[in-house]
Amino acid sequence: MDKTLRKVYVGNYSDLPERLGKTIVIDEQEVAVFKLANGDVRAIENRCPHKGGVLAEGLVSGEHVFCPMHDWKISVVDGQAQAPDEGCVQTYQVEVTNEEKVYILISE
Amino acid sequence: MSKQKLVLIGNGMAGIRTIEEILKLKPNEFDIVVFGSEPYPNYNRIQLSKVLQGDTELSDITLNEWHWYEENNIRLYPGETVTNIDKEKQIVVTDKDRKEAYDYLIIATGSNPFMLPLPGADKEGVTAFRDIKDCETMIDYSKKYQRAAVIGGGLLGLEAARGLLNLGMEVDVIHISDYLMERQLDRDAGELLQKELEQQGMNFLLNKQTTDITGKKRVTGLKFSDGGRISADLVVMAVGIRPNVSLALESGIGVNKGIVVNDHMETDVANIYAVGECAEHDQMVYGLVAPLYEQGKALAKHICNKEDEGYKGSVLSTQLKVSGVDVFSTGMINEQSNTKAIKMYDDWNGTYKKVIVDQGKISGAVLFGDTKEGTRLLSMIKKGADVEEYLEAGEREESGSDLVASMPDDELICGCNGVDKGTIVEAINSQGLTSVEQVKGCTNASRSCGTCKSLVSDLLEYTLGDDYNADQKESICGCTDLSKDEVIAEIEEKGMRTTREVMNVLGWKNEEGCSKCKPALNYYMGMLKPKEYHDEKESRFVNERMHANIQKDGTFGVVPRMYGGVTNAEDLRKIADAAEKYDVGMIKITGGQRINLLGVNKEDLPDIWADLDMPSGHAYAKGLRTVKTCVGSEFCRFGTQDSTGLGIRLEQKFEGLYGPHKFKMSVSACPRNCAEGGIKDVGIVGLEGVWEIYVGGNGGTELREADLLVKVKTEDEVMEWVGAYLQYYRETANYLERTSKWVDRFGIDHVKEVLDDKQKRDEFNARMDEALSVIQEPWSEAIHNETTLKELFEKVNVPTTTSK
Ligand code: SRM
Ligand SMILES: Cc1cc2nc3c(=O)[nH]c(=O)nc-3n(C[C@H](O)[C@H](O)[C@H](O)COP(=O)(O)OP(=O)(O)OC[C@H]3O[C@@H](n4cnc5c(N)ncnc54)[C@H](O)[C@@H]3O)c2cc1C
Ligand code: SF4
Ligand code: FES
Repeated sequence: MDKTLRKVYVGNYSDLPERLGKTIVIDEQEVAVFKLANGDVRAIENRCPHKGGVLAEGLVSGEHVFCPMHDWKISVVDGQAQAPDEGCVQTYQVEVTNEEKVYILISE
Repeated sequence: MSKQKLVLIGNGMAGIRTIEEILKLKPNEFDIVVFGSEPYPNYNRIQLSKVLQGDTELSDITLNEWHWYEENNIRLYPGETVTNIDKEKQIVVTDKDRKEAYDYLIIATGSNPFMLPLPGADKEGVTAFRDIKDCETMIDYSKKYQRAAVIGGGLLGLEAARGLLNLGMEVDVIHISDYLMERQLDRDAGELLQKELEQQGMNFLLNKQTTDITGKKRVTGLKFSDGGRISADLVVMAVGIRPNVSLALESGIGVNKGIVVNDHMETDVANIYAVGECAEHDQMVYGLVAPLYEQGKALAKHICNKEDEGYKGSVLSTQLKVSGVDVFSTGMINEQSNTKAIKMYDDWNGTYKKVIVDQGKISGAVLFGDTKEGTRLLSMIKKGADVEEYLEAGEREESGSDLVASMPDDELICGCNGVDKGTIVEAINSQGLTSVEQVKGCTNASRSCGTCKSLVSDLLEYTLGDDYNADQKESICGCTDLSKDEVIAEIEEKGMRTTREVMNVLGWKNEEGCSKCKPALNYYMGMLKPKEYHDEKESRFVNERMHANIQKDGTFGVVPRMYGGVTNAEDLRKIADAAEKYDVGMIKITGGQRINLLGVNKEDLPDIWADLDMPSGHAYAKGLRTVKTCVGSEFCRFGTQDSTGLGIRLEQKFEGLYGPHKFKMSVSACPRNCAEGGIKDVGIVGLEGVWEIYVGGNGGTELREADLLVKVKTEDEVMEWVGAYLQYYRETANYLERTSKWVDRFGIDHVKEVLDDKQKRDEFNARMDEALSVIQEPWSEAIHNETTLKELFEKVNVPTTTSK
């Protein structure tokens, strides 16, 4: 099965708030986009593996986000929940163009 | 495919440990349901002794909090007893007529205390010592009565007796044998123990058989077979336990003394297992947690289909948990014709040691006075060590750290949970543990009876060397070893200005902190320098960042302020209109005398605030919540003062103020206290010409009745005292410490003493005024701030693609 990737424009790099999440709504699906302190932009599914908490509203620390519902710690890089919790969320590829436009790649 | 259904009967120590082991092996395999007769989550029964002795509190002995069940998707039915097992249909039935089908059924119903069938045993004031309820009964009686009699001079009886002494009662211990703890100790140790306990104030009646419990409705005394009698207001029976097998018996499951099981804890009925004190393995029934936990492990492996040889029986060891008395015994206690013993009796220091050697192997021990060698002897017996090995080990040592250094890796540290030295050292090294609490969390060591805590502490010292700080101060979180006070001192001294700077300069282990320290630092820094500190929205928990309460589905709750719980038609109309316009999920009157609009979308928040045009109620803030009021003198026939007026004045003054945790106030106008001042952080009660100010009350997780701080005459004085009190709290409490905990920690007398000083009150109020001066109404601020609107409230909606 070949997957086509769709490029979704999220906003300008400088407009993204640092160390905070942004909610992106694509049809029924929600993605949480984070601009980290190191400047990277990361995108993960906006649904905590625990009970579906909205990760975009979480506290960001380094490359992790703490879910606002019950404080699970999730990596925004590989989507893995940190021990002792288990589970993972989908991650999305991010592209930042020279014009500082931020895109995420969603498979269709 | 639907999950396999696992039902556990008995929400106690063995059953829940089995579930924990299963979850470790196969986290998502089973749909788990637990029934427990007691209305609590699983608690540490062993610690009831310490609760009675006053060393710990009932609230601290929970092993698995309610949220543990929830997080592991376990359906718990507390206070519900299983009354019937239909083994053909594989269904259990409860006393609430609930029916639950199972694929696997675990019976872990524990034991019942054995009550001697004496005439009078059903009188008021006769109790066992088995559960929280018994413990509460004893504590209650100790408040009203003087004389207690404990029947039974075994482990449980002596621990109960020590507790009752601590509770201020006079205690007689009645024992049928001629020395104490005869099942665990030899005569020499038993007699030493008796001497020691007599010095502590216990009175012993040995060789006595009770024949009657006297009294009318309530117990008044005991009669003995030799004709003697004593008086008593409380009788504790601690003569033994019987496996709780009635359910199994009625359901046709094979029972002897206990429910008979094989090495895999299987009963004679397919898919039904038994574990814990109710189970009988190889003709043995156990009454200590160590073997029960081993059983739980074996059962978990079996149910999860892991290769295992099964449970093979246990070597027992006992320890008495009475402070100031160290007693330990394990294996064989009395010499036989073909055994030899290594003995040491030091009358001067009151220590005694006997190690029994059977055909060159260590096979039993009794220690009194100095029990350090206990766990070592236990593990030597378990592995069948030769006496030479024991003697050699004795030559190295002593001091704590040397002792643990000389231990081999497989030496047991925690007997209850079967954790050896190697496992603990490995965990300390690989997971960077630095405290006994952390070791407990990761390995279970010291999670049960707690006697091995000092060994765990020695191991930390041995493994971490100078990095280990034994008398642990409480650090802010795992990111640092510094305590709150140290961090605050550093912030002030170095004039740091952002949370990241603090983390950086003070060498946080996690560069950017965690969900505990980020909000805490943000609060401390704002409290220290209200005018200069730049609040960091990214360091705030979502509710405070968004100025609304997040709901489980990611929508928000909106609670506008209603000063003193008083509203008017115009505000109500605005609320009604907004509720309709934004199609809110529910309009609800809160417990805080105002209205909550629930289920508002994040992107609608600014609009609904603008439409409402009312100030935020801060229902989300670690700060001032509500000031509840009663109707007061304006309307009520009992009212002595204008409670609504004062309530509104307080709320208008302190609204928007942040604190270490939320704080709630109330004002009532007579002692009927309709605004519930007894459970508020600040509760004010008006009397004729007087206002009473109560503080430190809490109506939440841990109820606490407020203490009277002061009585004053005028409203202005109330404002002054409350301001000073709140500022003192703001400056000294730990982040997330409610006033109830803070008052407990500082002591109400100390708080009174500090605030009694008018000059101090003025200083606190001056700093309070500074903090109040920078407060802005957050909703109107947000709707006028383009950046905030964009950064926090906007969602990016990606248009649906039509082409494919
Ligand atoms: C809305 C309200 C329930 C209601 O419908 O009545 C409520 C709702 C919440 N309470 Fe409460 N509490 C509400 C009155 C209370 C009361 C009663 C009172 O204030 O008179 C108490 C006990 C009194 C007390 O605090 O001493 C109360 C004790 C708690 C606690 C336990 C606090 C404690 O110290 O033990 C928490 C947890 C916490 O704060 O950490 C909590 C936490 C919460 C949170 C904020 C949970 C959370 O963090 O998300 C709830 C938000 C629900 C949601 O989905 O929006 N709520 N909560 C009440 C709001 C009152 C208001 O107008 O501001
Ligand atoms: C004061 C005291 C001090 C102790 N000190 C020590 C010590 O120092 N060291 C040590 O190792 N051990 C000690 N013990 C013993 C230890 O607490 C027990 O061995 C252990 O709790 C037994 O675990 P269990 O799960 O088999 O039974 P329990 O912990 O008793 O759990 C059984 C649970 O099942 C529930 N139940 C029963 N029937 C039903 C039913 N039909 N439906 C639903 N629920 C049901 C009961 O209400 C109970 O909550 C002490 C015990 C006491 C009372
Ligand atoms: S509103 Fe309060 S009591 Fe109700 S579920 Fe939420 S936190 Fe618990
Ligand atoms: S939903 Fe994320 S931690 Fe519970």
